[in-house]
Amino acid sequence: MGRIYRGGAQKRMEYSEKVVEHYTNPRNVGKIENASGIGEVGNPVCGDIMKMFIKVENNRIVDVKFKTFGCGAAIATSSISTEMIKGKTLEEALALKNTDVVNSLGGLPPIKLHCSVLAEEAIHEAIADYYRKEGKLTEEEIKEKCSLKKHSCEHCKE
Amino acid sequence: MDMVYLDNSATTKTDEKVVKEMLPYLSENYGNPSSIYKIGRENRKAIEEARQKVANALNCEENEIYFTAGGSESNNTVIRGIAYAYKEKGNHIITSKIEHPAVLETCKQLEKEGFDVTYLGVDENGFIRLEELEKAIKETTILISIMFANNEIGTIEPIKEIGEIAKKHKVFFHTDAVQAVGSLRIDVKDLGIDSLSLSAHKFYGPKGVGAFYIRKGVKFDKFIQGGHQEKNKRAGTENVAGIVGLGKAIELAYEDFDKKTEKIKQLRDYYVEQVEKRIPYIKINGDKQKRLPGNSNISFRFIEGESLLLNLDLKGICASSGSACTSGSLDPSHVLLAIGLPHEIAHGSLRISIGKRNTKEEIDYVIENLVEIVERLRNMSPLWEEFIEEEHKKEWNIQKK
Repeated sequence: MGRIYRGGAQKRMEYSEKVVEHYTNPRNVGKIENASGIGEVGNPVCGDIMKMFIKVENNRIVDVKFKTFGCGAAIATSSISTEMIKGKTLEEALALKNTDVVNSLGGLPPIKLHCSVLAEEAIHEAIADYYRKEGKLTEEEIKEKCSLKKHSCEHCKE
Repeated sequence: MDMVYLDNSATTKTDEKVVKEMLPYLSENYGNPSSIYKIGRENRKAIEEARQKVANALNCEENEIYFTAGGSESNNTVIRGIAYAYKEKGNHIITSKIEHPAVLETCKQLEKEGFDVTYLGVDENGFIRLEELEKAIKETTILISIMFANNEIGTIEPIKEIGEIAKKHKVFFHTDAVQAVGSLRIDVKDLGIDSLSLSAHKFYGPKGVGAFYIRKGVKFDKFIQGGHQEKNKRAGTENVAGIVGLGKAIELAYEDFDKKTEKIKQLRDYYVEQVEKRIPYIKINGDKQKRLPGNSNISFRFIEGESLLLNLDLKGICASSGSACTSGSLDPSHVLLAIGLPHEIAHGSLRISIGKRNTKEEIDYVIENLVEIVERLRNMSPLWEEFIEEEHKKEWNIQKK
């Protein structure tokens, strides 16, 4: 435990202390009733689903909660990314990259990196959902702004 | 509690009596068993005594036992060895989809080398179907390799019946008994087994040593080339300490066997009963009767196995899962998929394997923690939320009607 991931140096399944800390005490677990936006990504077949709820006021994420079905890394990435976007503007939240999440966690084992991608996608989907509900932007504009991609894990392609 | 070890199918803690027996061979008894002088001869004798103990446990002759570096090597040696020794007769091998990778990967490699392999499916409890096995036998079939008991779900295959079918069709029958030796009584003659693999660390022996039985008269090619050790079938200076440890461990395993097995079985049944009573929406995997005494494999719906294991680990509980995240791939356990579990349920499986040292207090501690962890993870799971909402809707609809 406690090893830092440096570009493939950590080949095994070991989790950093920060990851352990987050799956032990995940922050912001739960749901927001009448959320401004909800983003759900992943697939039960692959073994992870993340559902992100955001409350937006004046273009700012004032509250965020998550529910996750998945491994320790999936829970830890969900937890830390909610911390990272809480209080941020939508633009700031959209600028959050999965690599930022990985770095904040002190690294992830290579086979768990997709969990951080899921977290990024869940945030983008939740914000897109907010924009849709708001109704000011066209679907094309939302896709552009939130850089929505189709979830692309090997397994789900089959 | 400091630690509750419930992963005895992964490995066991070496018995103190075994360690004591091994120690001299790691220090003063260092002679090469192939040497002619006294300390060599004495080590040769120690190896032959261990061989006799293995033979006694399996009801075979001592010259039908060969020592290896473990279960995987035993499976590789026997399957490849028989395949190549009889390739003039045929190139077809029958095995099952739920074998250990040591067998599955060996068979896949043989396919690349021109052999033809049939992988039999299993029913929902993990049993191969005997009529399917018989139908799969063709002119070119030389070997059937079916595991004695499954490492994940504990199901015990119909070994005697398979032995009879193999004999009837004049095909060799190999069984990977790594999980069975020490946990079940095995009589290779009575069961019609032609070859069998075992591994010492599964029954309180040391790691890195195993053996195989192969019936006298069955030919097999040498796997590791080199010197003339093990009747010129397995080169390399013998792991004397390991072999001595294996001998002692197998002898101990069958001492007081019924009493130990009964205790393990009772603890397992108590665990399952408590889980069933206290945790809803579970699925018990594997056959209820014909299974390894210490094995339980349960899927907890709506949660994922690795996070379950991590949370158990935080409480000092060691167990195992069939989730993809613990296998290093995206797919959950091939065994759980073969018994027909959907991916999402296979991901949420928990295997515990009880050993001779476990106590009821430990099981109670595990149950208390498991109930709490499953509830917490479910409350965190979007699948659980959706499920509960659906259930509420159904209830509403019933009430409205």
